Amino acid sequence: MSKLVLEGRDIKRDYHIPGGMFSPAKTVHAVKGVSFKVDQGKTLAIVGESGCGKSTLARIITLIDPATSGDLLIEGNKVDIGKGGLTPEMRRKVQIVFQNPYGSLNPRQKIGHVLGEPLLINTDTPADERRDRAMKMLKKVGLEEKHYNRYPHMFSGGQRQRIAIARALMLNPSLLVLDEPVSALDLSVQAQVLNLLADLQDEFQLTYVFISHDLSVVRYIADDVMVMYFGEAVEYGTRDEVFSDPQHSYTKTLFAATPRADVESIRARLARKKAA
Amino acid sequence: MALLEIENLVVEFQTASGPFRAVDGVSLKVHEREVLAIVGESGSGKSVSMLATMGLLPWTAKVTADKMTFNGRDLLGLSTADRRKIVGKDIAMIFQEPVASLNPCFTVGFQIEEVLRVHMNLDKAQRRARAIELFKQVGLPDPAERLRHFPHQMSGGQCQRVMIAIAIACNPKLLIADEPTTALDVTIQKQILDLLVKLQQEHGMGLIMITHNMGVVAETADRVVVQYKGRKMEEADVLSLFESPKNNYTKALLAALPDNATGDRLPTISELFVDDRAPDAMAAINNPPLEAPL
Repeated sequence: MSKLVLEGRDIKRDYHIPGGMFSPAKTVHAVKGVSFKVDQGKTLAIVGESGCGKSTLARIITLIDPATSGDLLIEGNKVDIGKGGLTPEMRRKVQIVFQNPYGSLNPRQKIGHVLGEPLLINTDTPADERRDRAMKMLKKVGLEEKHYNRYPHMFSGGQRQRIAIARALMLNPSLLVLDEPVSALDLSVQAQVLNLLADLQDEFQLTYVFISHDLSVVRYIADDVMVMYFGEAVEYGTRDEVFSDPQHSYTKTLFAATPRADVESIRARLARKKAA
Repeated sequence: MALLEIENLVVEFQTASGPFRAVDGVSLKVHEREVLAIVGESGSGKSVSMLATMGLLPWTAKVTADKMTFNGRDLLGLSTADRRKIVGKDIAMIFQEPVASLNPCFTVGFQIEEVLRVHMNLDKAQRRARAIELFKQVGLPDPAERLRHFPHQMSGGQCQRVMIAIAIACNPKLLIADEPTTALDVTIQKQILDLLVKLQQEHGMGLIMITHNMGVVAETADRVVVQYKGRKMEEADVLSLFESPKNNYTKALLAALPDNATGDRLPTISELFVDDRAPDAMAAINNPPLEAPL
């Protein structure tokens, strides 16, 4: 029996924009009642265009922003950061990897310090143990011990994303939120990072919430897929259900817009062009 | 005759640790009414070779080529003043980051009319009319009103449309698009690609599409050049490239597409492709042997 790690029940998030002298106050409904469940070791992919509320949802799941209403359960415990009373243990369970590895690492912090800092802040681990664990984690994500004393600018985009993943894993979280982790990376590096994520998921039984707009990546990595459109989950199901039989018109538009790189579609396109 | 013809292009940058060769002997041709895609990962020199063609590289770059002609005119020996008459008019470029490549201090209307003022013989009213017409052409809603907007008031897709409008303002013969859709959503990407191909066919332009997205290549290109570490690995028409890639690097690139994944793991380029080229002039230049100090 698999363990339910993350559950959201009818999560809503509104942003209030206060009115100025000439403009009335406005309320933006960024997330309009979204429900989902993710089992341990599984991956839920959230797909949608920019502005559809997927990053807002990610911030709610990562306990950065409170939800306006609805329940968020992590490992069966109800969490509401709006009400407070959140233990450090709870916070440690959820970690996030951001989209842009060039922006999410402090340029003046050495890699060893980047990895040790979560332990320094959240635990009483002594310095030598912090160092040991950072070294181990470096190797786990495919870097080397010699990288410990280097600065972020000395690394390529793919390596930086590995560092960001390593930092997220330092506190042994059970849930990892990945906000477009490979969209800033080249095709070749993208494959390496996706493989790394798959390996880590197997090793630590990690649960992923994978946010992306690239359907080919989602098809490769996801177990369940949720398609968001203007704050609503218009489609939610297992990967095969969603990809083989999309129900909502937006999902169909999304599939139609994804460039296809197989020989048949190139042939069809060239034939169309000749006819035109 | 080819529209753009480049033979054996070499670009070297002067750095603190000696010269670095970013492009090493690339040759390519673009004909009228043709879409050429240049594919490669970052650092493969695909943008640099096009910037060299446009003459947009900083002074630290040394550009040499056996031949570099546009429409029969030599581009290398051109004076800066003469080059300025061609670049922006007959050769136009769309840059990767639409929001960053527009000037935030001026309205988009000012920026598009600036191109028309420099290159075309139009008076103020004609320029405005032409700008509105161009905005209509690239599918911006309410074009007359848009002219007064600043870049920050528009979305990424709209900014990219403005960039395209500026690029095609003087009916260029050759349009170079440097990763035109990388920063955009798939649905917007589709719209922009369709727009570029439509404009290319209507105006009979040559189009060079620089990208690392194989899907974009498959959707738009007629011919493809694959570049890796500053060198051309393969050149083929789009169908034969996807059907039967000749070069090992191209094969690895195609295998790394998540679409083509068969097993649990994605094959990575480093697993499939070993750079087995002989240690040559390029390696010697990029990794110079340590010399005794003078």
